[in-house]
Amino acid sequence: MASAELPVLKASDFASDQDVRWCPGCGDYAILAQMKKVMATMGMEREKTVFVSGIGCSSRFPYYMNTYGMHSIHGRAPAFATGIKSTRPDLTVFVITGDGDALSIGGNHFMHAIRRNVDINIILFNNRIYGLTKGQYSPTSEIGKVTKSTPMGSIDNPVNPISLAIGCEAAFVARSVDVHIKHLGETLKRAAQHKGVSFVEIYQNCNVFNDGAFSYATDKAIKSDNVIEIEHGKPLIFGKNRDKGIRLNGMQPEVVELGKGITEDDLLFHDEQAPEPTLAYLLSRMRHPEFPEPIGILRAVDAPKYDQQLNDQLALAKEQKPNADIDELFNSGDTWTVE
Amino acid sequence: MSTSTEGQTESTKEVVQIEEATIRFCGDSGDGMQLAGTQLTNTSALAGNDVATFPDFPAEIRAPRGTLAGVSGFQISFASRDIFTPGEIVDAMVAMNPAALKTNLADLKRGGVLIANSDMFVKKGLEQAGYETNPLADDSLDSYQLFEVPMTKMTRLAVEGLDLTMKEADRCRNFFAMGLVFWLYGRSLDPTLRFIESKFKRLPAIAEANKRALNTGYNYGETTDAFTSSYQVEKAKLTPGTYRNMTGNELSAWGLIAAAKLSNKELFLGSYPITPASDILHELSRRKEFGIRTFQAEDEIAAVCSAIGAAYAGHMALTTSSGPGIALKGEGMGLAVMMELPMIIINVQRGGPSTGLPTKTEQSDLLQVMFGRNGECPMPVIAAKSPSDCFQTSIDAWRIAARLMTPVMILSDGYIANGSEPWRIPKFSDLEPIPISHPGPRADDDEPFMPYARDEMLARPWALPGTVGLMHRVGGLEKSDGDGNVCYDPDNHQHMIETRAKKVANAAKLIGPLEVMGPEKGKLLVLSWGGTYGSCRTAVTQLQEEGQEVAHAHIRWINPFPENLSEILSSYEHVLIPELNMGQLSLLIRNQFLINTINLNKVKGKPFAVEEIVVKARDILG
Ligand code: SF4
Repeated sequence: MASAELPVLKASDFASDQDVRWCPGCGDYAILAQMKKVMATMGMEREKTVFVSGIGCSSRFPYYMNTYGMHSIHGRAPAFATGIKSTRPDLTVFVITGDGDALSIGGNHFMHAIRRNVDINIILFNNRIYGLTKGQYSPTSEIGKVTKSTPMGSIDNPVNPISLAIGCEAAFVARSVDVHIKHLGETLKRAAQHKGVSFVEIYQNCNVFNDGAFSYATDKAIKSDNVIEIEHGKPLIFGKNRDKGIRLNGMQPEVVELGKGITEDDLLFHDEQAPEPTLAYLLSRMRHPEFPEPIGILRAVDAPKYDQQLNDQLALAKEQKPNADIDELFNSGDTWTVE
Repeated sequence: MSTSTEGQTESTKEVVQIEEATIRFCGDSGDGMQLAGTQLTNTSALAGNDVATFPDFPAEIRAPRGTLAGVSGFQISFASRDIFTPGEIVDAMVAMNPAALKTNLADLKRGGVLIANSDMFVKKGLEQAGYETNPLADDSLDSYQLFEVPMTKMTRLAVEGLDLTMKEADRCRNFFAMGLVFWLYGRSLDPTLRFIESKFKRLPAIAEANKRALNTGYNYGETTDAFTSSYQVEKAKLTPGTYRNMTGNELSAWGLIAAAKLSNKELFLGSYPITPASDILHELSRRKEFGIRTFQAEDEIAAVCSAIGAAYAGHMALTTSSGPGIALKGEGMGLAVMMELPMIIINVQRGGPSTGLPTKTEQSDLLQVMFGRNGECPMPVIAAKSPSDCFQTSIDAWRIAARLMTPVMILSDGYIANGSEPWRIPKFSDLEPIPISHPGPRADDDEPFMPYARDEMLARPWALPGTVGLMHRVGGLEKSDGDGNVCYDPDNHQHMIETRAKKVANAAKLIGPLEVMGPEKGKLLVLSWGGTYGSCRTAVTQLQEEGQEVAHAHIRWINPFPENLSEILSSYEHVLIPELNMGQLSLLIRNQFLINTINLNKVKGKPFAVEEIVVKARDILG
């Protein structure tokens, strides 16, 4: 059988010959490891995969992958990826970006790639800080953050990447955490499998400039109270003893304790395939410390893909005008001949 | 009323033979002047004249009706000889309202024909145009052949019975004006009648109304006593071949389609709408059957970046814009230079700086495209010289881009992009192919792939994603030559900067020598680039006919310059460089060749008048 002859690639086969140069202890390492593992388990082909990044610590990522790759310019990776995927639908395209890259300088491209539903996978490493430029606040930094550029505390209202993506009607939206290795691997896998744009926000610890930004979501002792793993068709339950849940009170989510007359059936059930993004948006608004923050797939629906439609139009035009002849084009319309 | 065209050419009035005529239609931007001009252009071209056109749009599309700001014009020159410009002195002018008369009259020659729609020369229109008295009624127009024609009334009468609203009826006035001008120059109505039929296929009443208006205008010329003679321009002696009338933007697009096919590539255009470049996007968008993908991006930056992505993926990549958009693309173009990927960037120049004069022409982005990127970032630059040259320019640009693995900048401008002239249709099989090769797959135990290995022209290989064993990463950080890995080594950086510059300079070996029209040496060389070709060529021809010792050279490749430019420049006592900017080519020439140049600069949003160049040249010649 032909398939038996194909070499089976290991995670290490996806590593390039370049030394990885992130700070020791950086959350990026875990994400890189999971990506290689997912590609190996999914049987993805190195030569059919392109990693495109912008600028920032995370954007070094393509150099470390033994695939095709482009380390482009700040914020524009989705635009390069759109050009690649639109012309080469046979390639799998990943965009690796950060909170500054995707949401500040690249906010425009982020939004438009998502609303067009180009079949690319946008993986956003959110560390709530500018790491490469050594520690200025980012568009996801919390209000009051003291950094080199905000000595009296930042006064910017931060953007919520998931809410923003859902506002652009992202067809696939997910969140995971760098150190939740298994969850991260599963999430990346789902993202890669999804056809159309996939957006994954990963809470990533920058241990040099913003250490512990997500400790509420990673500390063994408290994380089960602060994050809620959502699953399609399942009620929203969390807590170390799985004794708390989320219930809808009108349009507002509220935290309730199970027991005392409240059963699982009273809770909000997750539906990642809901045609309207309303539920996903509502979930995205659940923020620490008032709520446990959802991780997992918030939304996964099928929607028309830009790149596919572009190529369909080409195919249709070729079908309507078979044997398009350039001489015929040149000589169409009013012409005259000089002897 | 009959729409027969019989008897159109058998005028009973005197027919005067002339060599050349320049006509301008002007009116409110809603009056259909561009359409009138285009129809006269096509008809004249079909009649065998050489033609050149100059559409002049108002900057504000929604300027209030009847105001000076809303005046739109279209100028056409047709001749029985070769012409290079749409003329400056207008022989006959149609003014649809007082504002049009006011803004255009200065260009009408003394004794020229002035046809005015007298129905519009009433209180409101006169006030809007700032006339205190009616110019048709006082003696201010005495030095012209004034024809007051009640076009509105006559058009309304012509379309009576067709059940049109007043507004619809009045919209046919441009066809009346066309009919009248067609009579005046002995032009056939047939092409326009055909046009009306296909354009208004689904609106038979409108089609009929327009036909009637056209015929009525024509018959008015024939029957009214006001016009005593009409004019006849013989066929021009053009190079044998089949022709069609084309604008520069259309031909830029067709040249790209041809270049893609010549190189066996599919074309990808990433673009953001901007005046005056959008027509290239429009034209390519409707040619999908040739494998052309167009992507209207969210902004200028995404436009260039998507194109670079397409180039990396192995397509013929293109982005189109004008000065303000080119400014935004700067960082992206720098990346394309660094990644050494082939692509084309077209800058259809307009008046700057900033938003400037969007609908007017200028050549003031030359230094921007030469130097407007951070770092040492050279890129080949070619400028089209005329509407028809836009075709070959696209092909030449892609040939260099693909051969040297570099982005190439094409400069066009609003004047040649919107202007039109007869284009001699080439046979595709006569065009020189553009060979492109890509490295093949490699096994794991082969030598590692070197994405920045170089050939004799210093070009690197174009490895396509999807090819087994060629996985490699590109990016904006400095590369180590050969393996292409990120490299901060000081000597490597120096080496790479020099290599990229040498590679661009190597284009000179591929572009051929510069030709000179006129004496090989002597007193004066007129050196031009871009859209001023026509004015300069006409001016120098005129001077040579006067017996002056003057030559003309026109540069298409500005970076690198043709190899023999230095020798040419040193063969003349004086070098005159007319430019629609404040001396940008002049600065480059002075810097590279250490010679003195004489500048002739104009930045009025208009092309040079031939006379301006002639006068300056005579000045120098003494
Ligand atoms: S600065 Fe922060 S984000 Fe960047 S590599 Fe170091 S730890 Fe990671």
